[in-house]
Parts: sequence; structure tokens; C-alpha cells
Amino acid sequence: MATRQTQSLATIMRAPAIILLMIWMVVPLAMTLYFSFLNYNLLNPANTSWAGFFNYRYFYTDPAFFESIWNTLVLVLGVLLITIIGGIAIALLIDQPMFGQGIVRILVISPFFVMPPVAALVWKNMIMNPSYGVFADIAHFFGVAPVDWFAQYPLFSIIVIVAWQWLPFATLILLTSLQSLDGEQKEAAEMDGAGVVSRFIYLTLPHMARAITVVILIQTIFLLGVYAEILVTTNGGPGYASTNLVFLIYRAARLNFDIGGGAAGGIIAVVLANFVAIFLMRAVGKNLD
Amino acid sequence: MARAVTTRTKAINTAVAWTLALVIFFPILYTIITSLKTESEAIAGFDLIPSFTIESYIAVQTQNDYFKPFMNSVILAVGSTILALIVAIPAAWAMAFSPTKRTKDILMWMLSTKMMPAVAVLVPIYLIFLRTGLMDTRIGLTVMLMLINLPIVIWMLYTYFREIPGEILEAARMDGASLWNEIVYILTPMAVPGIASTMLLNIILAWNESFWTIQLTTTNAAPLTAFIASFSSPQGLFWAKLSAASTLAIAPILIMGWFSQKQLVRGLTFGAVK
Repeated sequence: MATRQTQSLATIMRAPAIILLMIWMVVPLAMTLYFSFLNYNLLNPANTSWAGFFNYRYFYTDPAFFESIWNTLVLVLGVLLITIIGGIAIALLIDQPMFGQGIVRILVISPFFVMPPVAALVWKNMIMNPSYGVFADIAHFFGVAPVDWFAQYPLFSIIVIVAWQWLPFATLILLTSLQSLDGEQKEAAEMDGAGVVSRFIYLTLPHMARAITVVILIQTIFLLGVYAEILVTTNGGPGYASTNLVFLIYRAARLNFDIGGGAAGGIIAVVLANFVAIFLMRAVGKNLD
Repeated sequence: MARAVTTRTKAINTAVAWTLALVIFFPILYTIITSLKTESEAIAGFDLIPSFTIESYIAVQTQNDYFKPFMNSVILAVGSTILALIVAIPAAWAMAFSPTKRTKDILMWMLSTKMMPAVAVLVPIYLIFLRTGLMDTRIGLTVMLMLINLPIVIWMLYTYFREIPGEILEAARMDGASLWNEIVYILTPMAVPGIASTMLLNIILAWNESFWTIQLTTTNAAPLTAFIASFSSPQGLFWAKLSAASTLAIAPILIMGWFSQKQLVRGLTFGAVK
């Protein structure tokens, strides 16, 4: 039984973490909110004035804003689609009896540990470069003209890179879930004459539902924040073709020194993230305990 | 298994899985190979056999002072992890062993701070760093990395601590052990594996963090993420050198990652998938 003394000690032990996270959450967000109502440019800080909703209106009427929201959604959904379907397929494959399973697992999960700038630059230069990349070599081998990936399909190219980074995560989690499936259940279903497909649909998939939910939730949080991959490959271009919301805000705040605009964008990002979080939690809530 | 797996099925599985695994691993493998080529070999077309020169490794050190960003990465990753553990261990301990009605809510709230997009606070953090002289300092970035990973560290420790049977602690209390003795002599030895796993995962996350490390550094405190990102400019098109720098940047974490597969699943799913 916890005595009053241990209870008060527990409070003291919890306090630093709670206070730190509270400060971390409240202070910068409050500042962002305040700045978002200011005309404040670092190039001309003396001219700072109250702007009302100007920054929001500016964002709202900027075609780049909608393009970046759209790109954000395409990026998140594209990567989710590839990693979930690919992850299920690879997890099912690795779960089969084979030689060297441990090494296959290690090879497959490796991309997750590659830092984003390395992943993006390796793909950009050595794999997708239209003159010297491996894809260009393959194209030459088949006698086709190589594709200039980042010029012609900038967003798709970034989706490929980000999906490569997150496929291991999805695979690893889905594999962990798959391996916790009761072997006897599988056997029973098999004895009852259930085929491979119906066993997958009625037994394996429902068992993995929770893991799939978790993968979607966690990946979405991280995918909404994709930044370095864009910075080192397309720099958001051509035009705004591969600019997501994060990159648009970065452009406003850091490249145009527009503190007010960047802050307004930040508030919009919070609203979007919350919307996604609530929507996801609700849509999949029944799968989480 | 009720059904014997034929050698043939196993051979087919093996072939398909290995092919797929090698395709997925290929960009990493090719980076390592390219790092052992000369610059002219690197752009001479597809070739899996390098001349095994280490000139690129020497070049990144002599021309770009590679050791500096590497050490910055080590200091930031390890420093922020230790800081996070100092704050998180007592908090997780308290929540695991002296839970109150609000403990669940507090944990969920901590998780929700992780959902706040980093870019939302880019403007204030950037300004604070500019005004207080924290810009491009290791100490500033260490604190930042500590804060962004703190929720994961607390959650992960919490799930590990909860598995330690409370009866042992109660028995110790009956025997008159003080809270301090309880922590030092009973809890700590049992918690060490969990703390080590948490540490490992957090070092991986901090090492690869690529938003704040790029935003808040220029040269002095720039870790490998920022250093490698600077290779994106056109004049940085030296593939063998880029590959050598990349290989060294990912190798330590790749090896740590191989040993922490299980902890990774647990840590990143907040204990929801084990």
C-alpha cells in the first residue's frame, strides 16, 4: 500500500517531467499563436504591427497553400498505402519457413535506421539520377530513355524515398503481430478446410487489425512532418510541386523571414494534425484497447 | 506444425525472400560499395565491384573535417538521451508504482504532446534560440532533442517498469527499506534491461532527427544530419565522398538497430504491440 509519504514523493518525482512537457507544450504554442497575429518580418523588425487575421487570410488566398495541403495528403496517403500493403506482404513472406530468416529480417529493416538526409541523397544521386543513376542504367539496358525523376515526378519520387524508409517499420510491427498469432488456430482453420485466402481474410487480417491501426497512427504523425527528404532533393519544387505544409512554413519563416506568416502556417499545421489525430482515433478507436 | 514443410517450398521461400530483401537493402549496399570507389568510378555506370580505395574516407576527413559533425552527433544523441532518462526515470517509476486516478490521463496527455507538429513551433523556437544565443550550440540542441523524445522515453520506461512485480517492492518496504534503498537496490537492477533498451532506441531517434538539427545549427553544433544535408548543393556532387560520409553516418546506428529490433517495436508503438 502506498503511504502518504510515498504518494507525495511520487508527486515530486513526476513533477519535473510534467512541468517540462507543460512548458514545452504551452509556451511555444502560445508564442506561435501571438506571432500569427503580427506583421513581423525579421528583415524589418522595427515595422512590427498588429495584423489581425491578415496572415491567415494571406495563407488562405495563396494558391501555394492549397497545393501544399494537397501534397501533404498525397504524401501521407501514398506512403501509407505502399507501406501497409507492402508491409503485410513482406511480413507474410518472412514468416514462412526459410533459410537465413534472421539475415533477411535484418536486411529488410535496415532502411529504417538510415538518417533522412542520407536516404534522400543516396536515392537522388545514385539511384534516380537521370545520367548516372542505377535506374538510368537499367533504362539504357532496355533501350528506353531514362526518366528525370525529380523534375518530372517530384512528389512521386519523394513518396518512393519516404516509403522505402518506412516500409521496414510497417513490416517489423506487422511481423511481430503475425508471429503472435496462435499456431493452433491456424491449424484448426486448415483442418476445417479453410483455404489460404480465407484463412488470411478471416483469421490473419483480423488478428493484425490492431497492429495495422498502430502503424497507420504512428506513421501519420511522422509523415505529416516530412522535411529533410524534400530539402535535399527537390527543395519543394519545381514551383510548389513537392512542397508540403512543413516545407511551406519553413519557406515563409526561414527563407522569407516572415515570422507572422510562418506562425499562422504553424497554427494551421496544428489544426490539421489535431484533425487527423481525432479523425484517426475515432475511425480506428475500437481497435485500440 | 502438422504439415511437414517440403524442402522445395522452403527453397522457393528462401529465394523469393532473399531477392526481395536484397532489393530493399540495395541502396545501402550500393552506398557502401560506392564509398570504396574513386570519384570517376562512381559515375562510370553500374558496377558492383569497387577498386577498394579508401581515398574518399580520407578526403571527407581532410577536406570536410568529418570528425567534428560525427562527434556532435555522438554528443547530441548520448547527451539528450541521458538528460531524458534523468527526467523520465523518476516520473515513470512514480506512475508505474504509485499510480493515481489521473495517471492514465497524464500518460495520454504526454503522448499527445508528441502529436504536435514540430513545424508549428518552428517560429518561436527559432526566435528564442536567436535571442538567447542558443543558436548553433550543442547545449541548446541537446535540450531540444531531449524534449521531443521525452514522451517516448517516459512511455517506454513505464511499460517496462510495470512488468516489475510490485510484491517485491512491498516486501522490501515491510523489511523497512527506505524509498531510496528501494530504488537503488531493488528497482534499479531489475529495471536495467528496460532502461538500456529505452536508451538504445532514443539514441537511434536522436541520431537521425533531421528537422531541428538542420534548423538550429550552422557549423559549430551541426551533427551528421546537417552535414550530409549540405551535400545537396550542386557543387557537392562527389558521390564517392558522399557515400563515404553516409556510410560512416549510418553504420553505428544500423548496427545498434539490428540489436534492438524488439525494443524498437515496443518503443515506437508505445507498448501497444509487443
